[in-house]
Amino acid sequence: MLGLNRKDTILMLIVIALTLGAPVLLNPFPADSAMAQFNAGYPDLMQRFVIFGILAIGFNILFGLTGYLSFGHAAFLGVGSYAAVWMFKLLSMNVVPALVLSVVVAGLFSVLIGYVSLRRSGIYFSILTLAFAQMSYNMAYSVLTPITNGETGLQVYSNDPQYLLGNGPQVTHLFGLEMRAKAVVEMGGWTFDFSVGYYLAAIMMLAAFYLSLRIFRSPFGMMLRAVKSNQNRLNYTGINSRPYTLAAFVISGMYAGLAGGLLASMDPLAGAERMQWTASGEIVLMTILGGAGTLIGPVVGAVFIKYFENIFSKINEHVLHGWFGWLPDGVEDVVTWILARFVGEGWHLTLGLLFMLVVIFLPGGLVEGGQKLARLLRRSRPDGTTPSNTPAE
Amino acid sequence: MTKNNFSRRGVLKTGAFAGAGLAMPTIFTASSASAFTNAPSGSSVKFGFNVPQTGPYSEEGLDELRAQQLAVEHLNGEGDGGMLNTFSSKVLDGTGILGKKVEFVTGDTQTKSDVARASAQSMIQKDGVIMINGGSSSGVAVAVQGLCQEAGIIFMAGLTHSNDTTGKDRKANGFRHFFNAYMSGAALAPVLLNAYGPDRNAYHLTADYTWGWTQQESIQASTEAIGWKTTNNVLTPVGAGDFSSYIAPVLNSGADVLVLNHYGADMVNSLTQAVQFGLRDKMVNGKQFEIVVPLYSELMAAGAGANIQGVYGSMNWNWQLQDAGTQAFVKSFGEKYGFPPSNAAQTCYVQTLLYADAVTRAGAFNPCAVVEALEGFEFDGMGNGPTLYRADDHQCFKDVLVMKGKENPANQYDTLEVVEVTPAAQVTYAPDHPMFGGAEASLGECNDGA
Repeated sequence: MLGLNRKDTILMLIVIALTLGAPVLLNPFPADSAMAQFNAGYPDLMQRFVIFGILAIGFNILFGLTGYLSFGHAAFLGVGSYAAVWMFKLLSMNVVPALVLSVVVAGLFSVLIGYVSLRRSGIYFSILTLAFAQMSYNMAYSVLTPITNGETGLQVYSNDPQYLLGNGPQVTHLFGLEMRAKAVVEMGGWTFDFSVGYYLAAIMMLAAFYLSLRIFRSPFGMMLRAVKSNQNRLNYTGINSRPYTLAAFVISGMYAGLAGGLLASMDPLAGAERMQWTASGEIVLMTILGGAGTLIGPVVGAVFIKYFENIFSKINEHVLHGWFGWLPDGVEDVVTWILARFVGEGWHLTLGLLFMLVVIFLPGGLVEGGQKLARLLRRSRPDGTTPSNTPAE
Repeated sequence: MTKNNFSRRGVLKTGAFAGAGLAMPTIFTASSASAFTNAPSGSSVKFGFNVPQTGPYSEEGLDELRAQQLAVEHLNGEGDGGMLNTFSSKVLDGTGILGKKVEFVTGDTQTKSDVARASAQSMIQKDGVIMINGGSSSGVAVAVQGLCQEAGIIFMAGLTHSNDTTGKDRKANGFRHFFNAYMSGAALAPVLLNAYGPDRNAYHLTADYTWGWTQQESIQASTEAIGWKTTNNVLTPVGAGDFSSYIAPVLNSGADVLVLNHYGADMVNSLTQAVQFGLRDKMVNGKQFEIVVPLYSELMAAGAGANIQGVYGSMNWNWQLQDAGTQAFVKSFGEKYGFPPSNAAQTCYVQTLLYADAVTRAGAFNPCAVVEALEGFEFDGMGNGPTLYRADDHQCFKDVLVMKGKENPANQYDTLEVVEVTPAAQVTYAPDHPMFGGAEASLGECNDGA
């Protein structure tokens, strides 16, 4: 279907099913139970899952295919957000012009940075992109305050021009359909939120995923892989590889711009820290954690990190005491004290440990873990079909 | 692309799917009709405490969290009741709020607007909180305040000192108990006039972001009103670490006072380096060179050590005050945690109690009723003397403390001494003051999310 072979079609269908069913799948525990702490099925977090998924998919087109490690991708995310919020301030709260402009602006910005940075490869390329991103961050934080509103972050005020607003809604919307509108379905003890904002972001992510699938399977994708395996040899055969790497860089910058625009559409505020180097590092982490160079890996990594950031950081000592209240007093204090180091303000520690485990034991990321598991299950089956040797995609 | 197998049927099929996909969201209409956002049902009500637990201001954030937990205990009738015993309004009796037990959830803002909004969103959407309290930086406070306004819940700001929070970014659903940069300037100026005289040249080093600018603007205005001249204002990047290249030019500028508009680790570094350069031993224009740090905190004072001795600054509150409210709070905080609370802790504690009190007086959790109860509310017994929550901009007006680094500290918490308590009248300004957004700034309509 749609130019995909059978295997890719299945993958695409699985991704579609998971994405559209997320509001139900991510809320496995009844709302009143103690385990509800681990539910992730509320609109804001689900939106973050798919938006950062788009970001990581785009990053993977550059890093996974060409091997160029950009440490400055957050700059495009930030530029996209600023562009989107400016559209809200100048035109109206409709997300369409905002998303279009954020992709265009991020694309132009990435042509600029890519043109300079791609003159070098390897570590020098990484440092150049890092320098550009950090420069953008510092400028957005102070010098460019008239455009970015500095530390406070760019937001929409009631006295902004908004030339096309008329009587339209004051909140972000898609032709009148408000992003924050949602249908709440209650089933027994379970509550499911189906929100417009999430489904818009989810459809965008599916489109982004499909495009990335086609790029991976195209001759263009093959050329990018050739750059990764041996760029010198490619150059010696007389092929100029720079247009290919620049194209990959710009495509991945536009993905980041789309993600930034979507973030602003869900919540019309753009802060400078979106461009900070830690944000760029987070994108790299997502991709590596999930599995660089695989199709689904970056999305898995993005979901994983955002889940930790939002769920584990909210488990405080108070909650732990609630869980372990049944233990004898002395033991309870020791258990909660130890666990408290890993949750609440210590969530970074848990994430760090997991990252180490993944890098050491699963160099191919969480996707490799899944494949190993699948192979193990297949081997234990009596009919003894041999596992296929095709590499991970 | 290799294959372009677009058939008429294929295109039609795709079109049909796409159409169905686009039409799907139209089945969603606005959410189920409840009276207001997160109306509490059952026997409990939930607060959200959104503070930085990691990052540069985590010390302040964790201290805020301790105070907020203490406030919840007192509201639920556990512990000794703290400031509930001294608070001028007596409607809170330690049985929760309107008979509902108070529960809370916590979140980590990392001092980043984005993360803070995500954390606040999860509190609103997932945990169903009715009020959010916290924030250890003005950028975060403004961002979360805007979110609470849109979502239709109440925001009780924590540590935020920028004029903008209740100035051009003021919101109907947001309230600030902490003082602001303008008040710092207005309180400091008379003390500086007495100590250093009217004929001084000030050199400003200012953190290059919104808070730094509003503070610099405020201090410059109030020192120029007492006859000082401003030699120069140099903007420094946030988190610079090394300020020596900014301090060296001060020596030859002819200025005899250095004003450090820095906060947190930046202030510790710049002050330490200024002292190491020997600025305070210099004589310029026949006068002793002096340093001023307009916004003090206990944690910064502890970080800068002996360098702050004799340096003037301002604070919202200090644990060494002798009134009954302060003593009750310091006692219960000290008994629980073993050290005195910071002024960030006090503001969050008071904000939590004030919210609970407003709900009880209004007899409803509806945000608009709470806004009405808090607007123009006058109270006492919370450690700051008689205080007014002004209706025009939701800013508290109360006495401001002018502090000085202590010459001979008795212990590690005894770093600052109160020089003067500037009365509220002296730091009061008009709601449409140009530094606070002028006539254009408005609270907007109260939003209950219905």
